[in-house]
Amino acid sequence: MNIHEYQAKQIFRDHDLPAPPGRVTRDADEASEIAADYGGRVVVKAQVHTGGRGKAGGVKLADDPEEAREAADAILGMDIKGLTVRKVLVTPAVDIESEAYAGIVMDRSRDRPVFMVSPEGGMDIETVAEEKPEAIFRQPIDPAYGLLPHQATTLAYRLYDEPKLAKEAAGILGKLWKAYRGSDATMVEINPLVRTPDDELRAIDAKMNLDDNALFRHPDLEEMRDVEAEDDSERKAREAGLSYIKLDGDVGCCVNGAGLAMATMDLVKYYGGDPANFLDIGGSSSPDKVVSALEIITDDPSVSSILFNIFGGITRCDDVANGIVEATSRLDLDVPITIRLTGTNEEEALEILRDNGFEAMSDMDEAVQRAVEAAG
Amino acid sequence: MSILIGDDTRLVVQGITGRDGSFHARRMREYGTNVVAGVTPGKGGQLFDDEVPVFNTMAQAVEETGANASVIYVPAAFASGAIYEAADAGVDLVVCITEGLPVGDMTRVMPYLEERGTRLIGPNCPGLIVPGSCKVGILPGSIVEEGPVGIVSRSGTLTYEVIHQLTGAGIGQSTCVGIGGDPIIGTDFVDALEMFEADDRTEAVVLIGEIGGTDEQVAARYAEEQMETPVVGFVAGQTAPPGRTMGHAGAIISGSEGTAEEKMRVFEEHGVSVAERPADIVPAIQTVL
Repeated sequence: MNIHEYQAKQIFRDHDLPAPPGRVTRDADEASEIAADYGGRVVVKAQVHTGGRGKAGGVKLADDPEEAREAADAILGMDIKGLTVRKVLVTPAVDIESEAYAGIVMDRSRDRPVFMVSPEGGMDIETVAEEKPEAIFRQPIDPAYGLLPHQATTLAYRLYDEPKLAKEAAGILGKLWKAYRGSDATMVEINPLVRTPDDELRAIDAKMNLDDNALFRHPDLEEMRDVEAEDDSERKAREAGLSYIKLDGDVGCCVNGAGLAMATMDLVKYYGGDPANFLDIGGSSSPDKVVSALEIITDDPSVSSILFNIFGGITRCDDVANGIVEATSRLDLDVPITIRLTGTNEEEALEILRDNGFEAMSDMDEAVQRAVEAAG
Repeated sequence: MSILIGDDTRLVVQGITGRDGSFHARRMREYGTNVVAGVTPGKGGQLFDDEVPVFNTMAQAVEETGANASVIYVPAAFASGAIYEAADAGVDLVVCITEGLPVGDMTRVMPYLEERGTRLIGPNCPGLIVPGSCKVGILPGSIVEEGPVGIVSRSGTLTYEVIHQLTGAGIGQSTCVGIGGDPIIGTDFVDALEMFEADDRTEAVVLIGEIGGTDEQVAARYAEEQMETPVVGFVAGQTAPPGRTMGHAGAIISGSEGTAEEKMRVFEEHGVSVAERPADIVPAIQTVL
């Protein structure tokens, strides 16, 4: 789960990390009031789930409350990489002497988290990795021991030569590890970690990604989910226990299993069509899940053909057939449906479908071709 | 011969009295798997289906029955605990079917298992099957047939699809292994390839990968440098958008890393035959056999 900068900074402050104060608003007049409360220069920052906000004009400096109002007015409603800005963070501006980077990501090839720091902060770390890889320092973390004190110190001296600053930075890295581990994050980033002219360190931007699979033990973090930022259909799917991602095409896909769902999308493309979505109805699929799935697919107005691809293992084909019959009787469908089922209880499923005027195919390639043709 | 499991597998089902555990314990027994025990804390002393003793702990189950493998069907919140327990009880192989384990838990599980020499398959996997002999997990026994092709896959139903097409073309399988769709898994492609290479019954391997991570790329290099057995590769997710998790927690293109295109290119560079569609796997296997 992605969270916003202001939420990540809240987690930072809860772990005693030096994130500057800030308040979030969806109203330009309120942004101006917040700026007046802080006094002095503020930064108005778009809160959207994407990087590159600065380049897109989503981060603005404001010298006084009136400028803060204008900045918020310009940013709110702005489209950044297809996402609408609904909230801005207003935070006191910090003077910058230099910018560094500190982050933790999961290294899949080593089965463990890896700490990364770089004195080259303020830009995308992937860019640094390409242009100046020698400026990135890595420390794999043994999950049984966490970030050891000498590792924190070693990383800190990669950022700062002065012992006083290095000591402060080592403390920050230790707290960052605790925030990462304590929130079951899969990624955390301070970029930039700013050194002020007074030699203080501040986490000016904060990014965190939380492990969806661990949210069951963090009800407080689950509440940070920005339901507004989710696509309507994706929210509905999540609530129905389906895995759904909207795409740009017109062939709606309903498949059991994530790998088969991806392979089905790929095959739609192979035969000249465009998949409208990724949708995995999961393992033990009750008829109800199929009904929800069809509702979600048909909510998308660009869908002009629907393809079912079911390989019955734990999923019973007759359950899916019953779901299709029930959904089509409940919903007013004017989109052609192509059904491919094979595996557990296939015969029963075919009978149910035949009795209700559907035909089903057993070959995946044939079914995909027909669904692509039906989309026109 | 086969890899990982076979006629000498003595299996414990962790979570045998649960909905999924009991359903699949029956399917595995029907298939011929020697299920020697079940474990559900608090239900010790019962008999599952009048025959299989249920124990409160893995330690008891292993002591009493000499079990050497376990399969886990417990809810995600308890699954890493079940893995630790199985490792401490001393089984050689643990197969975790459960989906949804926190990745942080897996980072701690892995070194624990390595210290004890326990092999893990999964989590979030369909398990494995040796046609005609033994199955551990949820793969449907009806679609497989004995034969020379080893299958290793990150996926579930896509694997069934491929097995179904192979069987339909008269090509049987030696062992089919679903290694799981999570970012951190116990047994990876290279581990499975190494075992298939050493298995005299396996004459070719189908590797079914998907977007995310670099395991396919590492496997391609391994296949070129260390294997004589030919490998046919497929990668799901050629149309997947970057930055989105495609159902499996591990199926995500991060930045520019882990695309299907890149994986297929690396396959080709290292002599792994690339199947563009699942239906291309059968002819590719026919060519190499």
